[in-house]
Amino acid sequence: MPDFENPVAGFGVTFKAMFKKRLTEQYPEQKKPTAPRFHGRHQLNRHPDGLEKCVGCELCAWACPADAIYVEGADNTDEERYSPGERYGRVYQINYARCILCGLCIEACPTRALTMTNEYELADRTRASLIYTKDELLAGLTDGMVDTPHAIYPGTDEQDYYLGKVTEAAPGTVRQPALSKGEKRADEVAADEADVAGPEATAHPGGATR
Amino acid sequence: MGIEEKLPSGFLLTTVEQAAGWVRKASVFPATFGLACCAIEMMTTGAGRYDMARFGMEVFRGSPRQADLMIVAGRVSQKMAPVLRQVYDQMPNPKWVISMGVCASSGGMFNNYAIVQGVDHIVPVDIYLPGCPPRPEMLLDAILKLHAKIQGEKLGVNKERAAREAEEAALKALPTIEMKGLLR
Repeated sequence: MPDFENPVAGFGVTFKAMFKKRLTEQYPEQKKPTAPRFHGRHQLNRHPDGLEKCVGCELCAWACPADAIYVEGADNTDEERYSPGERYGRVYQINYARCILCGLCIEACPTRALTMTNEYELADRTRASLIYTKDELLAGLTDGMVDTPHAIYPGTDEQDYYLGKVTEAAPGTVRQPALSKGEKRADEVAADEADVAGPEATAHPGGATR
Repeated sequence: MGIEEKLPSGFLLTTVEQAAGWVRKASVFPATFGLACCAIEMMTTGAGRYDMARFGMEVFRGSPRQADLMIVAGRVSQKMAPVLRQVYDQMPNPKWVISMGVCASSGGMFNNYAIVQGVDHIVPVDIYLPGCPPRPEMLLDAILKLHAKIQGEKLGVNKERAAREAEEAALKALPTIEMKGLLR
């Protein structure tokens, strides 16, 4: 082969590459969808009426190889009900500075309360902000859902929820006051407002002034 | 040069801050600091498909003296810690650190005596990037969040004031051992 043919062949490769389709993904402008079963950020799911699926069993925390999950369960009461059964996850935290997104917690979850989303943009400036608490992990409310705590669907029990018999919140379901989080009952709130409106108005006639 | 650090506080300084932030964020040169599997994803981010060069991060610098971003990609062992600190010290100011992956951010699943439990024990970290390993999009997202931080950085007297306020806030913050009640 004569000497001048080598550079010609070399530039030929460069020239052909100019007509090839570009492979580069324009990430922030055009986000390519992830695989459907991508292991992204977690989500705590709800029953169709808005009650939480998490029963606070801590199996996810036990399965976690990185000790990234912290769960504290508590008992449901009729005044303050978060899940259909006996217990609910009162404290639920996932530390994304430890979580390796392996999905063992999802396999461990007996009620399908914990699943993974396709969201992956998790970078942040502090370690503290990478600890996601329950209010950040909990799924949003869709049509027919009422925010927890609220009463169980009348005439059903926990099993009916898992059999799919409850499809939406019962008509007239209202959110209960979260007493364990320091919220007050409706009558207490009314009494407080009356105090603020004017102690004179509600003071007993002839009674001692406060 | 140092002239921009001596400007009086006010309109002129904030204008220079914005210009400097814009210029700095548009040409961040990363130092090569791949330690483990995260480095594979970091290399992918630098290659043609994700192409970090789109953000002015043309090449990974072999010498820390020519770099101003250290992407700590992978678990940092106790033996590697002084090396990492030396590389950081050799980088010229202004410099930034991204801790890429859970191992660099907090030790991740390697909660043992061999691994430093978070690279922020050694160097100040600007952006923590979780994931094991983070996909290239996640690294690009972290880089874009760092760009936003660089754009908002202060100069001169404003920088001193910001540092003083951060110090006061840190001194007032409640120590973890004094935090009471349920974790929620």
